Amino acid sequence: MSETKVIDACNTYCPGPLMELITYMKQAEVGDVLELLSTDSGTANDVPEWVNKIGHEMVGSEKVGDVWHISVRKAK
Amino acid sequence: MSSEYHIICVSGSHEKLQMAAMVASVAAASGDAVTVFFSMNALTYFVEGSTVVAPAEGDFGGLLDKKGVPPFKQLFQQAADLGDAVLLPCSMAMDLLEITDANLDPGFGPATGLTKFLMDAEGGKLLTF
Repeated sequence: MSETKVIDACNTYCPGPLMELITYMKQAEVGDVLELLSTDSGTANDVPEWVNKIGHEMVGSEKVGDVWHISVRKAK
Repeated sequence: MSSEYHIICVSGSHEKLQMAAMVASVAAASGDAVTVFFSMNALTYFVEGSTVVAPAEGDFGGLLDKKGVPPFKQLFQQAADLGDAVLLPCSMAMDLLEITDANLDPGFGPATGLTKFLMDAEGGKLLTF
């Protein structure tokens, strides 16, 4: 059964949040959703680019207060 | 579409090593083939047990220390671990430093000559820091 894992990468800077996401993505199962929390605004642009290149699926991206919540589903 | 990045690190400045590590880690983790060739002042930080801190070139280097920026050594290691980047020490620099492969941090490939590095880099993108 797929699950959502929250990765708190707040208060670090590029490419820290992306590398955190990739670390957990390698351990995840296909279908799992990872929610990345980041205060680095560049991450909100970079993650969709990475997801598009690798072939995963963007589930959502929204800013709540100072924190970006970026959700990605592992597709392969 | 994947690319090949061949990165030469020679500077010992914090800013240049940080940028090289950022490029290496993001490219490698995005499926691109990455090779990093360390020589001159850049290699000294990767000698096992080295506690030397990379000096800042300017004010921005100080910001890198104060804020939560991932250390460049961690990013190079992630490039290797997550994206199979190849980290290569320059054989000439190793001779001058009087060190062997055993003296370098784990994760480094074999001592490599500039000729082989350049031949392998043919056709790829070559970046120098």
